[in-house]
Order: sequence, then C-alpha cells, then structure tokens
Amino acid sequence: MTTATTDTANTEISHDEHHGPATGFKRWLFTTNHKDIGSMYLWFAFIMFLTGGSMAMVIRAELFQPGLQIIDPDFFNQMTTVHGLIMVFGAVMPAFTGLANWMIPMMIGAPDMALPRLNNWSFWILPFAFSILLMSFFLGGAPNFGWTFYAPLSTTYSNGSTAFFVFAVHIMGISSIMGAINVIVTIMNMRAPGMTYMKMPLFVWTFFITAYLLIAVMPVLAGVVTMVLTDTYFGTSFFNAAGGGDPVMFQHIFWFFGHPEVYIMILPAFGIVSTTIPAFSRKKLFGYSSMVYATSSIAFLSFIVWAHHMFTTGMPLVGELFFMYCTMLIAVPTGVKVFNWMATMWRGSISFEVPMLFSIAFVILFTIGGFSGLMLAMAPVDFQYHDTYFVVAHFHYVLVTGSIFSIFAAAYYWLPKWTGFMFNETLAKTHFWCSLVSVNLLFFPMHFLGLAGMPRRIPDYALQFADFNMWVSIGGFAFGLSQLIFLAVVIKCIRGGEPALAKPWDGAEGLEWTVPSPAPYHTFSTPPKID
Amino acid sequence: MQEHTNKKTKVLTRKLLIVVISMFGFGFALVPLYDVFCDLTGLNGKTDTVAAPANTDGIDTTRSIKVQFISHISQGMTWEFRPEVSEVSVHPGETKIVKFYAKNVTSVNMMGQTVPSVAPGAAASYFKKIECFCFEQQSLAAQEDVWMPLRFYIDPEIPDDVTMLTLSYTLYDITAKIDS
Repeated sequence: MTTATTDTANTEISHDEHHGPATGFKRWLFTTNHKDIGSMYLWFAFIMFLTGGSMAMVIRAELFQPGLQIIDPDFFNQMTTVHGLIMVFGAVMPAFTGLANWMIPMMIGAPDMALPRLNNWSFWILPFAFSILLMSFFLGGAPNFGWTFYAPLSTTYSNGSTAFFVFAVHIMGISSIMGAINVIVTIMNMRAPGMTYMKMPLFVWTFFITAYLLIAVMPVLAGVVTMVLTDTYFGTSFFNAAGGGDPVMFQHIFWFFGHPEVYIMILPAFGIVSTTIPAFSRKKLFGYSSMVYATSSIAFLSFIVWAHHMFTTGMPLVGELFFMYCTMLIAVPTGVKVFNWMATMWRGSISFEVPMLFSIAFVILFTIGGFSGLMLAMAPVDFQYHDTYFVVAHFHYVLVTGSIFSIFAAAYYWLPKWTGFMFNETLAKTHFWCSLVSVNLLFFPMHFLGLAGMPRRIPDYALQFADFNMWVSIGGFAFGLSQLIFLAVVIKCIRGGEPALAKPWDGAEGLEWTVPSPAPYHTFSTPPKID
Repeated sequence: MQEHTNKKTKVLTRKLLIVVISMFGFGFALVPLYDVFCDLTGLNGKTDTVAAPANTDGIDTTRSIKVQFISHISQGMTWEFRPEVSEVSVHPGETKIVKFYAKNVTSVNMMGQTVPSVAPGAAASYFKKIECFCFEQQSLAAQEDVWMPLRFYIDPEIPDDVTMLTLSYTLYDITAKIDS
C-alpha cells in the first residue's frame, strides 16, 4: 500500500507553526482543527455511549425477572426507543466521524479537513440534537415507538414526542451529511502528491465509501421523518390509509434508508481492523484491492436489499425471493473480507496487544453476527425469527462486538498518537477480557430466547424464559460496568504514562506514524512525499 | 496551487450538495413511485378507486373462488359496520352483489369513509368492483342506518393458484376532516 518518506524538515515545520491552540472554552467552541474536532466527537460519542448504556441497564433491570417490577411498560418502550436512537446516531456514528476527523488528514498527508468551519458546525449541532431528544423525557414522555418509528405508531398513536424526535433526527442528519461531504472533499482533493486512490490506506477507503452512503440515504431519512411530522401535525396522509396513504410504504422508505445505514455503521469498522490486523501480524494486508472492491460491492448491494426487514408484511413471493437472494449475496463480499483478515494473520508474527485482541474478537464475533444475519435473510424461516430476541441478538453481535469493538481497537491503537503516552496495558487487557466475557453472556443466550419465541420490545415475558433472562441481565450489568474501565484507561493515558514513540507499534504502517507522538497541533503543512 | 485546490473544493462541495438535495427529493418521489408500482402489481392490496365496467369476458364455470368479507372499525369510530354474509363462492367472471350494513349509533350526524384492501395482494388487481360504497363518502344522520351494496366480479384472468381471497373494509370517521 503506502510507503512514505517524510523528511525531518516536515515535522520541524509543523512545530514552528505560527499559532497553537487558543486556551479555555473558546478553543473548543471556535476550533477548526481536525484533531480538536475529532477529540470532541470521540468524547461526545463516549458520553452518549454511557447515556444509551444506562438506558440498556434500565431495560435489563426490568427484564431481570418476569413480571413488572421497576418501570411501567410505557417507560420501558421509551427506554428501548431512545437507547436505540442514541446508540446509532449518538454513539457509533459520531465515534466513526471522530476517528475520520482525527486520522484521515494524517493518513493522506493533508494539513486538515477540506472544510474546517463546516466541520466545527457539524460537530456543534450534535449536542443540541441530543438535548432535544433527551429533553422529551421531561416534557410529556420520550419517543416510545421504537427507533424505527413505524407509522402509525409514530403518527396516529404517538405520545406527543414526535416533534422532538423529528427535529432531533433532522439535526443529526444535517450533521452527518456535512461530516460526510467533508470526508469526501478531503479525500478527493487533499491527498498528498503521489497518494493515488489505490495507495490510500483501507481505513480511508472505507470512510470514503461510507460517506457516499451517508449523503445518499440521510436525506431520505430526513424526507421520511418530515412525512411523519406532517402526517402527525399537519393532516397529510402519506401513511394514513383513511386519506389514501399506506403505512407499509413507511417501512419501504424507512428501510431504504435503514439498510444502507447498517453498513454505514460497519464499513468503517472493516477499515479499522484492516489497519490493526496487519500491524500486529507484521504482514501486509492480504488482498488490498479485493478489500476495496468488496467494500464497494457491499455498499452497492445495501441499496437493493431493504425489504428483507419486511418479509412478514405480505410481499408477493417473487419479491421475497428477490430480496432473500440479494441479501444472501452480501455474504460473498463479506466472506472475502473475513478470509482476507484470516489470510493476513496466517503465518504472521502475531503479538496480542490490546488493539489486536479487540480486532481478533471483532473478526470472530462479527462473523457470528453475520451468520445469524444469513439465517434471518431466509424468508421462510424469517417468519419465525421476525421481531424476536433472535433479531436483537443478531444486530447486537454486529453492532456491539462489531462496530463498538472496532472502535475500541481503533482507540487503543491510536491513543499513543493522540495523547503521547502509552496506556496502561494491564488495565486495558482487563477491559478487554471483562468486555469479551460479559458481552457474550449478554447477547449469546438471546439467540435461544428468540428461537424459543420471546418477542422483542416487551417489558414482561413468559416464565420459561426467566433463567436465560437473568443471565443476560447479569452479562448486561457486567458489560456496562466494564466500560468504566475503558474510561479509566483513557483518563490515565491522557494524564501521563510511559512516553510513546512516534511509532509505538513496530508493525504499524502509514503516514500518521511519521509524525511525533502526540501528534503536533498542525501536521503535514507541507505535503509528504509518497513513493 | 492553493487557489486551485480551493476552487476544486468549492465545485465538489456544490456537486455533493446537489446530490443531497436530489436524494431528499427522491425520498418524496418514492411516494408516487410506490403508488404506481402498487397499481401495476397490486402489491399493497389496494383495489381500483373507480368503478370497473361490467364483465364481458364470459364466466369461467370450471373453477370457483371463495371470497371472504371482513369489516373493521378504525380507532375512534363508533358506527356499527358488518357484511350481510361472511363469505361467498363465485366463478371468475360471475357478478355478485353483497350488502354491508352501517349504522350511526351516536346522536350526531357523521361522515364515514371505507377503505378496501384485498389479500393476497397479487389478487387485488383482478378484483373488479362495478359498484361500491367505498367509492364515495357515507353521510349518516344520528341513529340512521343503511344497507350499502357492493357489486363485483373477479377477472377470469386471475391466476389459477388463487382459490380464496379476502376483502377487508376499514371504516374511518372523516367528520372532522369534512367539517374543516
């Protein structure tokens, strides 16, 4: 892929930059520096991760025993809805945008993002979006119609929170779209001379493709929430059969956004592990170009499979078959990726630093999530799995042990570059092992619960599910607490520790390791030379 | 060099913004597209909203199809609403009349609108209504009741594997909408 020669003059120039960061609160409010904005995105995502996580704790506490103990069903629905919204739009997506901000300019040898002021704005509207969403808890109840806000639940039967929800989603959408435009323009216009597309690190490639997915589908989400808004408050009938509309159409439009959205949340994860696995296997990534093509074909396929979320809505047989086969086709490029990662590790000189541990766990556990996805893709059996805990198990395997584990891998991999210090390895390994054990205790039994018929989004369940649910809840609490270890590792690492070398991982490759640790406030003011 | 990059950035940003705006439009364009697609395929079980001409293709007496009738009342609607029979058996092409009973049990004048839906969806476009109360709005005075006719036939072109179909009517209260 990339071999870089950076003359030392380059790094010296960046030290002599004419101004450093401003001080105090204004530094963060007015910053246009991609590293500052990246850090803010990452902290914001982590705060949201803990917020959404505590809602998951409430859900698991209620489900610890059968019967209704702690919260009433309506509040339970608010918890599941807002947990989903926060984790998708508040934790995973901003965390990826934060990583993109921090790393993409440094990886392609650019001084900053292409549109720095837009960058500042796209971050700073996010806290407002989530304040609006969370405010609804105190103003008559938060959204309780599921994060998928199916009409008529979100229109006719809304508890009055639809307006909060719609405006929050609009702002989140604008933020993601601006972030995506920034990523595309940066990658297309700001690459260092000699950095051709096929020399870009795979991390950059996956964010590039993800950004295109974002600008293609986030506007569709904005459209569908607008329709929900006007149906609820302005008497239109997009989804209301009484006025000639069709509630099933809601699901078509929503999932036209929703399915590419799940790839928006996993393609960057592919990019991350494609960076870390070669570094700790001390080998080049196996099949670089096939990775690029696999990522592109997954992105393309994501647009023609949306109705596999709707097998039970009464589609004609031909439709079910089309969406079933297209969905299964996605397993091919995904399989290419998994085999490439395995081939990269094969006969590598592997060492198990924390980023590598998370990456290996990612490959194994994401594959489990992928397989349960294949099971759900089969239309005839989906009728049994639909809306059960099997689905919950599936998407938590791909999102938690997939996306979130990859974010942890990325955070541990680049923490030395960000802070200039090595993190506490023992504590970080504790975080990994606690997370690994608890996350499987949390999500694996959900497969069996789902197959046995336990429905999702219900605060109570039949007695025969009691034992598994108790174990799931214990796993949930343990996983939640384990994330506090991560917080401790990060805070300790920011405060000090063993100073990090410019390249703390001996197998790491890429331009970001040619600048000192911590990365200077301004890097690559003069573009590096790429061979 | 710097100026060149700035110009490229501006042009590209503008192009991407156009993509965003057109995708926003595309979201709304999906609404009529969906209707056209469903009209062509009968995907969502919607039947024609205008009366069909009488059948001229003859009657296929070699097979018969069971037609079930279901009536629903939407939330907040208080009328009584039911079909006179729960099912009939028809030959494709044969014209039948089925009556539906509606009664306004309240003490105020109200307007109602029924919306039909056929399952399986693939059969919807073969279900032809020559006369249907669902083509118009029903105005019932307080305590008034009415027998409303549905005259229909099934297009003989209907695929052989359809042996039974269900016609479901949902009755909505549209008094408030008409008043405003």
